Amino acid sequence: MEPATRPGIGLDHNHQLSLREFPYIIRWRDDRCKRCGKCTAVCPVKAIVPAVKGARTVTSEGPVPTPKAVRSITHVVEQVTDMERYCTGCGACTLVCPNEAIEPEYNQQNKFLHYKNKGGDGYKRGGRRNDPSISTLDRLKFTRISMLTDPALDAGRHEFRIRSLLGRIMRPEDLPLAAEGGNLVLDKKKNIFVPPVREIYPIMIGSMSVGALSPPMWEGLAMGVAYLNEVEGLPVVMASGEGGMPPRLLRSKYLKYFIIQIASGYFGWDEIIHALPHMVEDPAAIEIKYGQGAKPGDGGLLMAQKVLKLIAKIRGVPQFIDLSSPPTHQTKYSIEEAVAKMIQSMSMAWGFRVPVYPKISGTKTAKAVLNNLARNPYAAALSIDGEDGGTGAAYNVSMDKMGHPIASNIRECYLDLVKQGKQNELPLIAAGGVGKRGNLAANAAALIMLGASAVSIGKYIMQSAADCFGDEYNRCSLCNTGKCPRGITTQDPKLYRRLDSDRVAERVVEVFKAADVELRKIFAPMGRSTELPIGMSDGLSIDDKAMAERLGISYAC
Amino acid sequence: MCRLAAVTSREYISPMEPILALETMKEGHDGSGLGLTLKDLGGAFEKLKKYPVLSGICSNSGKKVLDDFMKKQGFKLKHEWNPKIKPVKDIAAHDHYFARVYDYPAAYKNKPMEEKEDLLMNTRLAVRKSGEPDESIFAFSFYPDVITLKEVGDPLQVAEFFGLDKDGLKAKIVLAQGRQNTNYAIYLYACHPFFIQGYCSMTNGENTAFVPIREFLSSRGFPGYMGYNSDSEVFTHILHYTTRQLGFPLQYYKDVITPLKATEIEKRPGAGALRLIKQSLRPLCIDGPNMIIGFTPDGACFMVHDSKKLRPGVVGGVKGKYALMSEECGVDSAVPKRDRSKDIFPMKYDMVIVSPQAEEVKVWNQLHGQA
Ligand code: SF4
Ligand code: SF4
Repeated sequence: MEPATRPGIGLDHNHQLSLREFPYIIRWRDDRCKRCGKCTAVCPVKAIVPAVKGARTVTSEGPVPTPKAVRSITHVVEQVTDMERYCTGCGACTLVCPNEAIEPEYNQQNKFLHYKNKGGDGYKRGGRRNDPSISTLDRLKFTRISMLTDPALDAGRHEFRIRSLLGRIMRPEDLPLAAEGGNLVLDKKKNIFVPPVREIYPIMIGSMSVGALSPPMWEGLAMGVAYLNEVEGLPVVMASGEGGMPPRLLRSKYLKYFIIQIASGYFGWDEIIHALPHMVEDPAAIEIKYGQGAKPGDGGLLMAQKVLKLIAKIRGVPQFIDLSSPPTHQTKYSIEEAVAKMIQSMSMAWGFRVPVYPKISGTKTAKAVLNNLARNPYAAALSIDGEDGGTGAAYNVSMDKMGHPIASNIRECYLDLVKQGKQNELPLIAAGGVGKRGNLAANAAALIMLGASAVSIGKYIMQSAADCFGDEYNRCSLCNTGKCPRGITTQDPKLYRRLDSDRVAERVVEVFKAADVELRKIFAPMGRSTELPIGMSDGLSIDDKAMAERLGISYAC
Repeated sequence: MCRLAAVTSREYISPMEPILALETMKEGHDGSGLGLTLKDLGGAFEKLKKYPVLSGICSNSGKKVLDDFMKKQGFKLKHEWNPKIKPVKDIAAHDHYFARVYDYPAAYKNKPMEEKEDLLMNTRLAVRKSGEPDESIFAFSFYPDVITLKEVGDPLQVAEFFGLDKDGLKAKIVLAQGRQNTNYAIYLYACHPFFIQGYCSMTNGENTAFVPIREFLSSRGFPGYMGYNSDSEVFTHILHYTTRQLGFPLQYYKDVITPLKATEIEKRPGAGALRLIKQSLRPLCIDGPNMIIGFTPDGACFMVHDSKKLRPGVVGGVKGKYALMSEECGVDSAVPKRDRSKDIFPMKYDMVIVSPQAEEVKVWNQLHGQA
């Protein structure tokens, strides 16, 4: 049937969406706009366009109405109502506007998800779970304040040792020790395998791949990490993500600050294996990725538009093809077998000198994986990535609806280890939503007190070190498209030249130094300074009884 | 802050000595309890040294349960000491206070000491468990040549209450604690000193790392690592775990509870071993501020604290008699005639060890790994 029309009026636009359905509505001020065109040029999705409008003004002068119609042509900036070019609210247009004439405004009423499924495919994006509510981590408070009998410490002057261990720690009973003149020494004769253990800073930078991140972003992070280690004495480590590492870094002495990830696509491992004989240092660890909090059950995905020359080379693939890693490691029959064999082969590749651990997405079944690892003397840790973790590309439904919150997942795993007496043997790394609201140190400390040995951050460092626009209102989230307006997650030189790697590095250093100060401000009043308060659950409270019970902590209101 | 007084001597001394020393430090405790552990017993116990002594408190009904239970286990009562109770205002007397010397069940007579120790501990735990719900029995220690006494109240009054000033009870090592009640309820099982299989310690200061330490100890699969009505009980169990269970020399207790920094470890002889010890026993780092005084089965006494302790304890005395106290006035009271300039105020790297029979005192330095 033909669309309904009325003579003289034309189409009623019933087939079009109104701006009300859109997540962000552009507020453009005619009076301020000088028509420079910068905003429409910068917009990564072409959500705004310069348009020419005809205007009809009726004026009348004198005491008697003598209407006169004046027709004129004006230039405006107009938001399009095409869902494929929805305004992401990134604010790049605001940034470039010389006159503050344009700004996106979040629209609570939007029906974005009703429409963002053109062509029968679900909405894909980058970023993390769009849930702006206060997370459990942010509800946890530190309520055990030292008073009188155990005076609080001075965060500014007291000596603090904020360090953690990454690697399989031996049971005290199994240590190869021998007494020698009243002292204990290593008993070499016992010929017992002592697993490698690294002393690290308890906040690490989680896996973000060279392909997902732009060269200046990755470089900036890497430089920041190296500086923190070499100059500031903070042993911060950073994980590579799937997709290899820059070849020069593999052969440099800085490799020891990096955790190399192997995931189901094995991207980049040809290069890594070939670099092995030339490595002058061992990496900090090897992370085997089985899952990711942002998209449980999904494999990695690097969209074709991001597979440019350098990335293709590092990953050993042709340019401009979608690189998807399968959801599981396909070469092995069962997950148990996969874990055991992968740990074994990775350990072997570095002569058992490097801790090897798996990373899984937060799940109710985490304990099953944990127990598997607890029995495997080569498993160096377990990293659990909660539902609030970020990603470069995934289906929105995976990000928003799949996964397990990290707080209770870490807690139950830790308590399970306590039950087995293995809480010190297998370090737990917690990730997913750490610093979601900017409370990096507080979130990290809370997770540590729930039982984590270390926490891992991703989105937080992108936001704080490179000003990533993304937030929990789906702002921007274009990371998958290669059009990152900040130059963080793009391989397009035109975009990434906006990002200064030196500045990123500087910010990384600032962020970690500040977090270190804040961790002291948390630990000092609780009287802790010598060892990381792993599992010090009596230090925590929450203002919800059910949560308190679930986490095995106290309720305070 | 709890006040601690320990005396180790070649000659038998009266437990009143450390209690009077506690009295001089009165400002620091609120008299919420007295705990006493005596080792190397004299008087009537001198001839019974190889027999285990069960120390505790019970009600009339508890006594019957206890008698039956011990009989059923095959323990034969050889001797019983009961304090002559002198009613004192503010102290609510329990029905019975006792230190009973038993002979081992026949099957255990020729068993190695380790097995005997396990039997004694498990028996004590069973007794404790049966009397805990209705507080009809408290069992503090069950071990040869050791007596433990505990009661709530001002230490000097408690001593009077027990008639210790008149009783001939004597020992070569006496640990006494005047309790300053902190966050935890006044409860007899929360009173120091704590004892397990020949190891004993008392502590002052609050243990900020209590929960992870308790969880670590409780998960060792060792039945004696229980209780924890006081956050200080873990110090005794760490001592037992590192020395008896893991077989570490005594000074490694310090390396476990107050581990060195990584850079410091590298300079210590045996750094390789120490690094692993620090990693594997990471949850036992105490993080203070605490001062610990204790003894080991061989009769060595020690004092150790962490770097956050604002004021160190003090060890002073003469060959044959040393006092280990939380305050110097306590040492003055216990060993007045001594060269005060030789008093030792252990610093953060120090562990003071007085050898058995108060023969000599050594300060072991953790940084250098030697005395
Ligand atoms: S906010 Fe971003 S997406 Fe929206 S119009 Fe401006 S530049 Fe384009
Ligand atoms: S700024 Fe870049 S990294 Fe941040 S959400 Fe947008 S596209 Fe993603």
